[in-house]
Amino acid sequence: MNYSIREKVSNFNFVLPALFVFSFFYIIPFIFTFWAAFHSGDFISESKWIAFRNFSEVFLYDKQWWRSLLNAGYITLWALILQNLLAFSLALGVDKSIRLQKVYRTVFFLLPVLSEIIFGSFGKLLFSSTPGVLNNLLKSLGLGGLTREWLSSPHLSLNACAFLHCWKGFGWAFIILLAGLQTIPEELYEAARVDGANSFQILFKVTLPLMIPVIILVVILTILGSMQGFALIWAFTGGGPAGATEVPVMRVYTQLTDAHRGGYACALGIVLGIILVIFSFTFLKISKKLKKV
Amino acid sequence: MIFKKIILVVLIHTFLVSVAFSCIFPVLWMLSSSFKENSEFISDFGLKFPKRLDFKNFLFAWREGTLGRYFLNSIFYTFVGVIGVIVVTSWAGYAFSRLEFFGKNLFFFLFLAAMMIPVPAGFVPLYIILTRMFKIGLLTPRLGYLLAMINVNLSLSIYLYKTFFDKLPTDLEDQARIDGCTKLGIWWHVALPLARPATGVVSITSALWIWNEFVLASLILPPKALPLQAGLMRFQGEYIGNFTTIMAGLSIAFLPIVIIYLFFQRHIIKGLTAGAVVG
Repeated sequence: MNYSIREKVSNFNFVLPALFVFSFFYIIPFIFTFWAAFHSGDFISESKWIAFRNFSEVFLYDKQWWRSLLNAGYITLWALILQNLLAFSLALGVDKSIRLQKVYRTVFFLLPVLSEIIFGSFGKLLFSSTPGVLNNLLKSLGLGGLTREWLSSPHLSLNACAFLHCWKGFGWAFIILLAGLQTIPEELYEAARVDGANSFQILFKVTLPLMIPVIILVVILTILGSMQGFALIWAFTGGGPAGATEVPVMRVYTQLTDAHRGGYACALGIVLGIILVIFSFTFLKISKKLKKV
Repeated sequence: MIFKKIILVVLIHTFLVSVAFSCIFPVLWMLSSSFKENSEFISDFGLKFPKRLDFKNFLFAWREGTLGRYFLNSIFYTFVGVIGVIVVTSWAGYAFSRLEFFGKNLFFFLFLAAMMIPVPAGFVPLYIILTRMFKIGLLTPRLGYLLAMINVNLSLSIYLYKTFFDKLPTDLEDQARIDGCTKLGIWWHVALPLARPATGVVSITSALWIWNEFVLASLILPPKALPLQAGLMRFQGEYIGNFTTIMAGLSIAFLPIVIIYLFFQRHIIKGLTAGAVVG
C-alpha cells in the first residue's frame, strides 16, 4: 500500500501524545541533568555556573558518596550470591513438579509485588530493638546467644539491609530463571539419561550451559536493580546509623531535599549512571567472550 | 532406589515449603497484628493469632492517620494513570505496527533505547523542572505527577502493543476500512478490543508501578495530594511506637495489591518477564 505525504503527516498524530510525554518527562530531563550538573544551588531559588567544581567535589572530597557506593556494592554482592543461588535452586526444585508449580510460583512472587516502602517498614518492625521481635524469636528458639542490637551497629545494620533486600528480591529472580528452565526441551534430559548421565552431570552439562543467557540477564538486572535501590532502605533504616547504610540514590535524594543542592545531585546521578553503564557493558563483553570459549 | 527418591522428594518439598512460609509470613504477621492492642502485640510479638477481630486500628489509621485520604489519592492516580497509559501507548503501538509516518524507525529506536539506558536519580531533573512549572502555574502538581507516571512504563507498553499488533492478522481492520471507518474509528472499534490481552498486561503492570511509586510523589506533591507510599512514611513518623496502628496502615496499603495480584498474577508475571527480556 502506498501512502501519500498527507497521510504520512496525519498518521503522526497517533504517536504525538506518546512523543509529547516522552520528550517532556524523559528527553528534556535527561539533557537538563547534564546542564544542571555544572551549576551550584537548587535551581528553584538560585543557581550559578561553576564548571567542573561539582565533579571535582564528587571525586576528591565526597567520602560519604563513595562509602554509599561501597554499601550498595556490598548489598549487590549479597544479592548476586545469596538471592540468585536461592532463586536458582528453587527454580530447579519447582521446574519438574507440574502440579504444585503454579502454587509455588504465586507464593514466591508475592514479596516482589509489595512496595519497597511496605517491606522496608516491615523490616523495621521486625529488626528494631523496640519491641524486639527478632531477638525474642531467637530467644524462644534457644538461640539467645545470637540476639543483637541489629540496627544500631553499622556492620550489622548493613547486613540486615542486604538480607532484607534478598528476601524481597529472590522471587523475582526465581520467576525469570524458571521461565528460562522451561524453555529447555524435555528430550534433552531424556537423551542425557539414556546415555547414562546422573543428576549432577545433567545439571552441569545440560542445564547450566543452556541457561547461560538467562543467568547473564539475571546477573545484569540484579546489579542494575541493587545498585539503584533506595526506598526499601529508606523505610528500613533511613540510611542510619550515621550513614552506615546509605546507598547512592539515597545520597542523591538527601542532597536534593535536605541540602538543597539540585546541581550537585545531578552530578552524583551522572557519575552513578556512567558507572552502571560501564559495569553492565564490560560484563556483557566478558560474558560474550566466555560463551565463545 | 525408590526409597532414595522418596527422601529426595521430601527434602525438596520441605525446602520449598519453608521458603514459601518466609514469603507468606510478613503479610500474615502484619495483617494479624493489625487486629491487636499494642500491649497484646508487645507481649506475644505478633506470633499468635489475634483473640478477636477488632477493626479499631484500621479505623484509626484511616481517619486520624489520614490514610483514607492517601488511599483515595492512590486510587485516583492509579486509575487515571492506567487509562492514560492505555490510550497513549496503544495509539503509538498501533501506529508503529500498522501505519506509515515520517521518522517511524527513528522514534521506535528512541523508545527502545530509553528502556536500556539506566537513569538513576532521574527524579532530580524532573523535580526541578516540575517545581518550576508549578511556580509559574503551567501545571498543577497532580497533573504533573500523573503525566510523569504515564511516562514510566511508556516504552515497555508501546513495545508490548506493537509486537501484539504485528502478530494480529489485518483482515478485520481491512474490512472496517472498506466499510468506511476512519483510522481513529478502527483503533477504537477494532484494534483496541482485539488487543485485550496486551491491554491486560499493560494495565496491570502500570497499575502496580503507580501504586508502589514513592520517590517522585514524596518530592513534588503537597501533603494533601500524597499517595499511599509517601503518606505511609509521614504516618509512621507520627505514630512511632504504636506498632499495631502502623501495621494496620501498612495492611491498608498492601491488601489491595495482594488481592489484585492473586487475581491477575498471570498478567503480572507476563509483564515482568517481557520487561526483563526486552531490557
